[in-house]
Amino acid sequence: MKVSRWVWGAASLVYAFLYLPLAIVVVFSFNDSALNAEWVGFTLDWYKQLFHDDVMIEAASHTLAIGFVTCVVSTVLGTLAGYAMYKYRLRLLPVLVLTPIAIPEILTGVSLLIFFVMLNMTLGLVSITLSHIAFCIGFVAIVVRSRLQGMDESLVEAARDLGASPITAFRRITLPLIMPGIIAGALMAFTLSIDDFVISFFTAGVGSNTLPLEIYSRVKVPVKLNPEVNAISSLLMLLTLSLILIVSKVAPSALRAGGD
Amino acid sequence: MALLEIRDVVKTFGDFTAVNHVSLSVEAGEFFTLLGPSGCGKTTLLRMLAGFEQPNSGQILLDGKDMSQVPPEKRPVHTVFQSYALFPHMTVAQNIAFPLQMAGVAKADIPARVAEVLEDVRLQQFAKRFPHELSGGQRQRVAIARALVNRPRLLLLDEPLSALDAKLREEMQLELINLQKEVGITFVYVTHDQGEALALSHRIAVMNKGEVAQLDAPETIYSYPKNRFVADFIGQCNLLDAKVVEVGGERMKVEIPGVGVCETLPVDGAQVGQSGTLTLRPEKIRLAASVAHDADEVHFTGKVHDCLYLGDVTIYIVELDNGTLVETMLPNSAPGRARFFDDNDAVELAWRYDAGHFLLG
Ligand SMILES: Nc1ncnc2c1ncn2[C@@H]1O[C@H](COP(=O)(O)OP(=O)(O)OP(=O)(O)O)[C@@H](O)[C@H]1O
Ligand SMILES: [Mg+2]
Repeated sequence: MKVSRWVWGAASLVYAFLYLPLAIVVVFSFNDSALNAEWVGFTLDWYKQLFHDDVMIEAASHTLAIGFVTCVVSTVLGTLAGYAMYKYRLRLLPVLVLTPIAIPEILTGVSLLIFFVMLNMTLGLVSITLSHIAFCIGFVAIVVRSRLQGMDESLVEAARDLGASPITAFRRITLPLIMPGIIAGALMAFTLSIDDFVISFFTAGVGSNTLPLEIYSRVKVPVKLNPEVNAISSLLMLLTLSLILIVSKVAPSALRAGGD
Repeated sequence: MALLEIRDVVKTFGDFTAVNHVSLSVEAGEFFTLLGPSGCGKTTLLRMLAGFEQPNSGQILLDGKDMSQVPPEKRPVHTVFQSYALFPHMTVAQNIAFPLQMAGVAKADIPARVAEVLEDVRLQQFAKRFPHELSGGQRQRVAIARALVNRPRLLLLDEPLSALDAKLREEMQLELINLQKEVGITFVYVTHDQGEALALSHRIAVMNKGEVAQLDAPETIYSYPKNRFVADFIGQCNLLDAKVVEVGGERMKVEIPGVGVCETLPVDGAQVGQSGTLTLRPEKIRLAASVAHDADEVHFTGKVHDCLYLGDVTIYIVELDNGTLVETMLPNSAPGRARFFDDNDAVELAWRYDAGHFLLG
């Protein structure tokens, strides 16, 4: 079938709209000018400056640490939740696990803030991490559950039949088969965490700035705005892209989260 | 002592009874088949043997031991699933090694055991393939190899051939018979294909609506169905309503209303005046333009109502003088002959007193 020229045109426009701004950010991170206005010449100064910017580095390390812990904890808990939802067909559990996904982030942020304050908890890295875990679990659970639903149930029965205890059957059969889903869930949790702004904004305390918060604070204040932000954004993009690339190599079906 | 004994087992799902007071026993080394229409409870019964379902009441004994508290992994019973249930992330060899690993076979001994069973099912060169790289027939053989590798006492097979095409199915049937003879393991085989059941089994339990309708050797099931359901379900069968008119002696006489009296084998407990059904297989009826008379036979005249050409045989539906339809068949074995009669040809029918048998009630 011949795809009409209009479809091609529309698709190109949409992709241009999606990718052009990203491309511009990357290009200007190498621009030898403090203004994001016109191309002057190639430089790595902004990256050099970035590596001497202690505030930015601290924010980045916060983000990575939070992202890592969130990824690990919410992958484990989300996998368990997804498995429980699949196995026990409870009515309430899916609601409890999935609601945080549907609720507007701003609400989650505000309510978590109130909650932490009520508990007299100092806002900081711990409160941010707990919040991220809370909203990432649901995403992991959904992906894992849909992966489980795509699995032939008789496989586990076959394993039991051939002499495997329930735990062995889970470890040898279920776990390897849902692994692409778990990896996809982990990737999702990590990226959701490192680029989260709204919830982090509410649950961060003094001295616990994350990268998105720091970038925002600089963009907001024109004096502080310089292509260093472009540089850190480009690095963030590089990190995300390489994660996706690694996953697509290690577990190709992980990116088709629905199970195949 | 029987290897497997099922005692009065009942299984319900909600208020639906899937298996209703089933009792039967299977001897060691037997090829035993559960045959019945879709939904009659065959799979449910098999799943109880494997340990995936618990009976509501009754007992399942294996080697005389009650299985009710034994989980699937502890039963010396393996299943070949209808979908084969091969582990997609493992190669053929890894699939087959799985039950050996579970049984704690020493790591060093596993490759030899796997190779041995692969040879039994003629799949040596496929050891390194993944299940999705195999054809349906090959997958099926892997499933059987995996279930057989550590010599279970009992092998359960749930319609293992239903996904294969007719030709391959026949091939696999022969292979199954040979394999069972070779390994000497007891098979409990589930199918809804009566031809398959007759061809493979030592004994068949015909099931209907959760109950065993008849349990006998294939020849007995086919020639002497115990009730209308079995007669109707297995092969083609004429079911003629009739009444007992004379009992006692070597033969019994029944009257087919409007057709006439015919002799048949005596039935225990039959009394004059009782009604029932005369069952007659089409191939047991003689059909000709004129049939030579014989004292052991009954004769009727009629005309051909319909012909069905099936290649090796032609089915003739004959309308007797009073309008009763009887199905008969003639082999087209004579060279150059494809059919002997046309519609509305006058024909004669005859059958021996022991060609069919009478069912009371
Ligand atoms: N888990 C279940 N819950 C409710 N009903 C069930 C369940 N399993 C089976 N049944 C019902 O029990 C009956 C017997 O099912 P079963 O699977 O044993 O039939 P079958 O003889 O194997 O049929 P088929 O030849 O179609 O496989 C069916 O009517 C089915 O709907
Ligand atoms: Mg079935």
